[in-house]
Amino acid sequence: MSILAAPETELLSPGHASCPGCAVALAVRFVLKALGPQTVVVIPPSCIAVMAGPLPLASMRVPVFQTAFETTAAAASGLARAFRARGEEVIVACLAGDGGTHDIGLQALSGAAERNEDFIYFCFDNEGYQNTGNQKSSATPWGARTTSTPRGKSTRKKDIVQIMAAHRIPYAATACPAYPDDLVAKVERAKGLRGTRFIELLCPCVPGWGIGDDASLRVVRLAVESKLFPLYEVEDGLRYRITREPAGLPVREYLSAQSRYRHLTEEGVSQIQEAVDLEWARLLDAGTHAGGVGAPLRLS
Amino acid sequence: MLTAVAERHTRMLLTGDHAVAYAALLARPRLIPVYPITPQTPVLEKLLELQERGALAADVMTVESEHSAMAACIAASLAGARVFTATASQGLALMHEMLHYAAGGRAPVVMVNVNRTLAAPWGFWADQTDSLAQRDTGWLQLYAESAQEALDSVLQAFRVAEAVLLPAMVVIEAMYVSHTLEPVDVPEGGLVDEFLPPYEPPVRLDPEAPRQFGGTVSPAQWRANRLAMQAAMELALEAVEAAGRSYGELTGRPYSRVEAYRADDAEVVLLAAGGIAGTAREAVDRLRREGIAAGLVKLRLFRPFPAADIVRLLGDVPKVAVIDRNCSVGSGGIICQEVRAALHAHGVSRPQVFAFIAGLGGVNVSRDRIVQICRHAVKAQSPPPGSILEEAL
Ligand code: SF4
Repeated sequence: MSILAAPETELLSPGHASCPGCAVALAVRFVLKALGPQTVVVIPPSCIAVMAGPLPLASMRVPVFQTAFETTAAAASGLARAFRARGEEVIVACLAGDGGTHDIGLQALSGAAERNEDFIYFCFDNEGYQNTGNQKSSATPWGARTTSTPRGKSTRKKDIVQIMAAHRIPYAATACPAYPDDLVAKVERAKGLRGTRFIELLCPCVPGWGIGDDASLRVVRLAVESKLFPLYEVEDGLRYRITREPAGLPVREYLSAQSRYRHLTEEGVSQIQEAVDLEWARLLDAGTHAGGVGAPLRLS
Repeated sequence: MLTAVAERHTRMLLTGDHAVAYAALLARPRLIPVYPITPQTPVLEKLLELQERGALAADVMTVESEHSAMAACIAASLAGARVFTATASQGLALMHEMLHYAAGGRAPVVMVNVNRTLAAPWGFWADQTDSLAQRDTGWLQLYAESAQEALDSVLQAFRVAEAVLLPAMVVIEAMYVSHTLEPVDVPEGGLVDEFLPPYEPPVRLDPEAPRQFGGTVSPAQWRANRLAMQAAMELALEAVEAAGRSYGELTGRPYSRVEAYRADDAEVVLLAAGGIAGTAREAVDRLRREGIAAGLVKLRLFRPFPAADIVRLLGDVPKVAVIDRNCSVGSGGIICQEVRAALHAHGVSRPQVFAFIAGLGGVNVSRDRIVQICRHAVKAQSPPPGSILEEAL
């Protein structure tokens, strides 16, 4: 579905408390629009929780359950089963950040994915704990400066999509708010399936990444076009499809657009370029070798 | 009347854990998120067996941790589903964060906790510290001395929790209650349905009427929420008594917040919660035969703390011997602290309150040991400032 064909009804109201130019806010807006009003969302502590409240104000026109940091997927599991037990058709969606997903919430998410619980999990990845002022998460990339990695992070970013795909969940994908058609189409795909569905959205953070408040979409487009953040989807952990062919821009253009990478040396930039090329090759390889039908195992 | 009541029961030989599973069956929850831990595991196994046989309609969700079990319970409860779970010891400790969340979120989750020692070091035996350490979380706590009481208390816990919108915990001791076979009168489903109609909360997570649960509030709103919880706890005091009364009318087994045994004319009253109270009843009979005017007050409800009952029953007694199978390290027995606080707050100075700590780590508290405790209290001039340990008897 094209963004033009997405419903006009806005389920995220204007006037909420995100920073101006926040890519997370835009991504949440597209996601809610595509999900529609028969949805209940679960939100852990994050910038999204700030956007949703504070009580008695509410920016979202769907029911919101704000749960404890590490419990998003567990709460969503309980909700999905409660609605099923009550015979109600409700989409349960998780709106979490990378801290709540890659780090503290990973155990509950892995447990839920193994049980194939019936919800759609959206990780709005701004590559750090931005709600508490830009500390590193395990989604912070190598080399990026945060307040807890003042010399640049010395370890690589955790590949959450591969982790989720390895659970053989029905659907895992990447998306970003700079390509809304692709994003909305993926939400539609996810809505058409049952079980645990996971979408990772790269969302630049204005203060955390050190970019202008008009730069989010330009920056995330560079991430996609440089192959640093490929847009792709995986069905049943087996069938890969790249949903946008990247232009193949040098990764330097992406890095130099953000102050968090300003300290990088030439060597640092080439190391990142090499890593990006390697990961891209691995992704193509996964697509080529994605044989197998992926039929679910059943007890006789 | 009583024959009619008895006819609506089946007498079964059950352990405390299995009695709990039958209670969960009878309460008709929609969802049971649960994680196994010794000595709670037979609850989970029996529930899945009952489900397999087609007796239990609930969805049993075997999650990856107790923390997730409680998180799922809260969310499902706020969506309008009756939920049940059970845990013990480390599992309860792991849930601690979510216990606060359940109470603050006003989710009437009902849970059974099997009292077991907390590590380190590891142990698998009875100790009340795990549940008593949760006393400030906003959960109701009921202590059961037998399998029968466990079953009956779970059903009453649902009724009270859903009436006051606070979560409730029913506590039984590891092994002594959880794994001991006893005859249990299991009420028939129809009887319980009269007592416990389906759960339909006044507001819930519902796309037809979008609301936000658990969001950020101002200091004044947070304070209002705490005060509302405190008010609900005060309502719960009455609701526990009322539920015990109507349960008695239906089943012939009435319950109270506290239960007195031969305490009217007693010179010394033993006070305990859980399995020890059952043994203490026998110790009282033996002491009476020896000419010591002993009595017993069994504390069934610990949260909300039934302070007025304590004052009424103990206010005129010369000596009280509290037996705690727990220890708040650096302070002493937790139940005794609460009893002393209640008497002091009501300006009652009469009873000398002796603080005994016995049976820590699951060491057996026999009838003879309780007799010794009582004799010790009778002989002593006045209670020492700290706790009296078994070694001193
Ligand atoms: S801190 Fe970053 S992610 Fe959070 S609202 Fe501001 S721009 Fe958005």
